[in-house]
Amino acid sequence: MRVLVIAEHLRGQVRDVTYELIAAGHLLGGPVLVAAIGSEPAALDLTRVGVDEIVHVPVAGPDFESDVYQQVLAALIADRRPDVILVGFTVNSIGYAPAVATKLKLGFASDVFALRQEGETIIATRAFYGSKVHAEIDFPGPGPVILMLRPTVWPLAAPGGAPKVTEMRVSLTASRARHVQFAEPPKADVDIGSADFLLSIGRGIGEKEKIALFEGLAEKMGATLAVSRPLVDAGWMPSSRQVGQSGRTVKPKVYLALGISGAVQHLAGMKASGTIIAINKDPEAAIFDAAHYGAVADLFEVARELEKLY
Amino acid sequence: MKLVVCVKLVKILGDEVEFKPDGMDVDPDYLEAALNEWDACALEEALLIRERLGAAEVVAVTAGASGSEEALRRCLAMGADRAIRVESTAEDPLSTARELVAAVTPESPDLVLCGVQSSDSVQGSTGTALSELLGLPCVAVVKKLEWAGSGPATAHRELEGGLIDIVEVDTPAVLTIQTGINQPRYATLRAIKVAEQQEIVVIRGPSDGPPAYRIRRMFAPPKGHGAQMLEGGPDEIAKQIAGIIRERLK
Repeated sequence: MRVLVIAEHLRGQVRDVTYELIAAGHLLGGPVLVAAIGSEPAALDLTRVGVDEIVHVPVAGPDFESDVYQQVLAALIADRRPDVILVGFTVNSIGYAPAVATKLKLGFASDVFALRQEGETIIATRAFYGSKVHAEIDFPGPGPVILMLRPTVWPLAAPGGAPKVTEMRVSLTASRARHVQFAEPPKADVDIGSADFLLSIGRGIGEKEKIALFEGLAEKMGATLAVSRPLVDAGWMPSSRQVGQSGRTVKPKVYLALGISGAVQHLAGMKASGTIIAINKDPEAAIFDAAHYGAVADLFEVARELEKLY
Repeated sequence: MKLVVCVKLVKILGDEVEFKPDGMDVDPDYLEAALNEWDACALEEALLIRERLGAAEVVAVTAGASGSEEALRRCLAMGADRAIRVESTAEDPLSTARELVAAVTPESPDLVLCGVQSSDSVQGSTGTALSELLGLPCVAVVKKLEWAGSGPATAHRELEGGLIDIVEVDTPAVLTIQTGINQPRYATLRAIKVAEQQEIVVIRGPSDGPPAYRIRRMFAPPKGHGAQMLEGGPDEIAKQIAGIIRERLK
């Protein structure tokens, strides 16, 4: 099964999701072709076990632009005829992969977290209904399939191998959406990434006025307070406290999650924690899939009892 | 000046789930529905642009069965000027985008705003697919938008880790809007009542083209992956949690 992986990189660094895509492609049998799109594609470290060929696609700018990636991916598919194209389910890929699938009328799925094969048929697994159910899907069309794979699911392909290196030039039309510059996220008042014990609260706390209660509890327990995305979106807490894909990826010894349902993007940011304890009143909450210990309970009642113990 | 906002009525599954006899979908009796959170932010952004520029028309569009008009009525109650539903049974994002084109193209919008993703299916793909079909540039995952009403807009894309990528995009364009860009306004009870009476234009989509994927079977995920559930009242649960934490932090 011919696999095309589109390398993702940011400011000169290959992002880990690329190595996961290579591992997933290798598991599909390969051969695996990895495309490096950028102003200095040769500087990107893509020599990994399982890679058969690296194709450099030099373009004007070093940074991601959706029009560039759309045109290059379409050209790569036409030239290399892969059976499956793997990209990360990432902010960049969201900006081009669905457009190419639409343009070429390809099979397509996003946020895929498992893959298997039955003969020549690819069967992908993704979630529906807020991650509460899973579904196996396949792709009845004749053409190749673009799959956006969920990051942090597959292992990282190890360094090694001696892939062939080639170059492909693509003539591009002018970008209609142009990268101007990057802006750093605001500086943090506290580094949640270095805490041993995070007490993390989510939408389940209900209202802004309740935050003080958990600040108090965190202090008593010797924990650092962290939050899930909805509390930052609501303007209740600064983004420096946010755990998840668009916030911080954390790995404390203990992660105590109160009232966090466990959106995929949140789980990606905390699932490597040493011990995860989750309290949620919804027994079906996805957070219980990632937790080591769970309790279906009212978080305020448990918080009150925890206060008494510290 | 015209702004089109594409929205979805998302399905919300409660504590229990049953599947249809064929195992291909959830039994609809177990589902509730609401306007997708990301789409509410997209609509709010359009309303803010209208307020800032003084004159603009905001058109809310959805693709779905008649029940999905609930999402459009919520948009009208929040302040959208008009609403259009494309009669559709599309499920996947690429098919949905094809249906939406039928409503969006005749409007010749200056901007098309979509939510980044829907809370139920988390595809993150409809807006980008739509941009291809409309022949417009696309900026995905926009956390901040600056636009004078004509010429290029400045969009702040929110990357992983919170890094911002500032992009200059020619208009018309399709932008997919991230939560946190604004706080969607609440609709007043009065506005909700008025919206119930407002006209929703219904059109038919093209319904051509292959689906992006086919569902083979749907199932409840394996529960807990070995999470040990703590039993008892709040006091007993708290005691067990404190014990685990003290042990692990030793």
